[in-house]
Amino acid sequence: MNPPSTALAEKIGGPGSGETEELISGSEAISHVCRLADVDVITAYPIRPYDTVMQYVSQMIANGDFDCEYIVAESEHSQFEIVKHASAVGARVFCGSSGVGWFYAFEALAVTAGLRLPMVAMVGNRALDDPGAFGVEHNDALAVRDLGWMLNWVETAQEALDTALIAYRVAEDPRVFLPCAISCDGAFLTHSQAIVKVPSQEMVDSFLPPYDRGDKQLHPDNPITIAPQANEDWLMEMRRQNDQAARRARGVIIEAYEDFNAKFGRDYEPFLERYMMDDAEVALVGMGTMGMPVKVAVRKMREQGKKVGFVRVRWFRPFPAVELQEALGGMQAVGVIDRDYSFGSSHHSGTLGTEVRSALYPLEKSPKVVTFIAGLGGREVTADNVVETTDMVFDAAEGKLNDQDTYWIGVRE
Amino acid sequence: MPETTVESLGSFLETQVLDPWKGPKKVIPEEYYTSGHRTCQGCESAQLMRLMAKAGGPRSIILGATGCMYVANTTYYSTPWVVPWMHTQLGSTGSAATGTAAALTAMMRKGKMTKEPINVIAVCGDGGGVDMGLSAISAALQHLHYNLLILCYDNESYANTDIQVSGSSPYGANTTFTPPGKVHRIMHKRWKKNTAAMLAAGHPDVKYVGTVCTSYPVDAMNMVRKALSIGGPTFIHSLDPCPKGWDYDPKYSHELGELAVETGMWPLYEIERGKLKMLGRSQRIVNGQFKRKPVREYLMRQGRFAHFIDEDYDYVQKKTDEMWEKWLIPGVIPFFE
Repeated sequence: MNPPSTALAEKIGGPGSGETEELISGSEAISHVCRLADVDVITAYPIRPYDTVMQYVSQMIANGDFDCEYIVAESEHSQFEIVKHASAVGARVFCGSSGVGWFYAFEALAVTAGLRLPMVAMVGNRALDDPGAFGVEHNDALAVRDLGWMLNWVETAQEALDTALIAYRVAEDPRVFLPCAISCDGAFLTHSQAIVKVPSQEMVDSFLPPYDRGDKQLHPDNPITIAPQANEDWLMEMRRQNDQAARRARGVIIEAYEDFNAKFGRDYEPFLERYMMDDAEVALVGMGTMGMPVKVAVRKMREQGKKVGFVRVRWFRPFPAVELQEALGGMQAVGVIDRDYSFGSSHHSGTLGTEVRSALYPLEKSPKVVTFIAGLGGREVTADNVVETTDMVFDAAEGKLNDQDTYWIGVRE
Repeated sequence: MPETTVESLGSFLETQVLDPWKGPKKVIPEEYYTSGHRTCQGCESAQLMRLMAKAGGPRSIILGATGCMYVANTTYYSTPWVVPWMHTQLGSTGSAATGTAAALTAMMRKGKMTKEPINVIAVCGDGGGVDMGLSAISAALQHLHYNLLILCYDNESYANTDIQVSGSSPYGANTTFTPPGKVHRIMHKRWKKNTAAMLAAGHPDVKYVGTVCTSYPVDAMNMVRKALSIGGPTFIHSLDPCPKGWDYDPKYSHELGELAVETGMWPLYEIERGKLKMLGRSQRIVNGQFKRKPVREYLMRQGRFAHFIDEDYDYVQKKTDEMWEKWLIPGVIPFFE
């Protein structure tokens, strides 16, 4: 691992000094958020590739740069249960995992969302063993998509840092009170360094209010009972409240991005990134670091006169159906590239493909949607792969390719 | 860098000073576990919850793992808890206590919460404690800087889910997963796990581990008070007679608890700062002042052993005799000398 940046506090130089530039990985970028957000309780358990974030966090604590209760748990299940309970008491928490580790915590993940407990977690996306693979697949984080977790995928270390700050603000907003997972593609983002603007404490404090659990706080001054047995008498009303919180999250996310862009001088569109979409006739859709080769390929194809654009989905939950309808509605065809699988699903696509197809279906003139699976287990998605994919999307637009099927890209027959 | 001392391993937070109550008349009248629970008639685990809440007092947070004391006990709109209570998952008793104590520690240290000693008590049944949650409880007992008590209410089966065998069920018990049949009379052949002693031996820095039985309620409350006062993580294991799971008339709960101790099947002891002390009847057994009653007197009172024949009683008697006559420490630490 790379050693954490040293004497960070001095480099940042205290309140008011603005941002400093650091050459850091996605994991290290998120570790800075733990410090800047003054997180109270952090739990760690080793699994690659997310675990690098905890190596940076622990070194900051050891160096006295950051004060929190830092617990190395004896399993991912305990890791997530510990922070779940700390959040109920009113502590700001951080956690994370990868692949089967995330699945080992699955019970805790379910109840954290069910209890409306805010938590920010980093998922270093990794293929689910067996067969063993360290590389990225999105099936780990996607598994919680139905439970109330907010999910987003980021492309760069800068976006990881910024999105983690936004995630705390949204998750801890009393209108939401839901956990949020930030997915960073394993290795491609967790371990790759880039120049990142690290904000000052003052900037973060102006954006992120303290976590206030209010009358939901578990404390002797507020002797409530949390999570009693509710049964059929009340469970459906509680689920409905969860649904309403997930619906409200959309507006709170938009609010948070507006404020963040104003205070930090960024220009993020909250749910999507649109690349060369202005006069595009076909569009590719994907998530995470796949955006990098896709953008290279799109530029190359534009030079050849192919009117192709790219939409990168930032937030998978809440799912930006309205934004995607608006962005993709006029396309002749849309190609969705999943870095995950959903065996036996409709059209045999990945999960993003299914969601995009569903989002576009109500349009009066819905574009053809053709789905692809690529980059599993950390296999590189090359610019040539993207060109090959785009040609198939053009074929689908012209009716020369069956748009009811899913095509695997970069796979040996 | 400041030198790490034994003292700095402890919590920066003080504990409440909860002195023992000298006799039933000194016990406070206030109740912190009241009406609203829906446990069975004669439920000794519910009795234990009442004693525990009384012993801990109003400045306590209770975490309850899935089990009888959650499902039957804590129902929406009729919770019996006067003190704050939160459910935790079946295997999360240790994690719930750790997370709660960690949050209090961090927030009080950083000035985000008024500094005061708050009791953190996490309760689990034998399914949650002896089986599924053992790993997280062991982990919680390693974090010496958190003040917390883990209390296992052991009714010797997964009683809430229909009486299924657990790692804490006694040998041979008829449970819905180990029913006697035409070919196999004894389906449950495991010996009850020696949980409290195992946790004490495996976590020697823990300042207090004890066993209790609600048939001796003042002792049980005082042990809870001692565990909460002494600081750091602590563990208490309670044997709770269960009319539904053990199959007896609810009016005999108290008597069966006494018989479990008097036959030597449930030894009472505490290990305080590494020093073992046998308690009550169990102490008198060790001292030779009380002759253990035959296990048959205890087992025959319970329907779960109705299929036993002489050789089964003899086997349980032989194993129990070994606990007292051959173990390195009678009734507590196995390994033969």
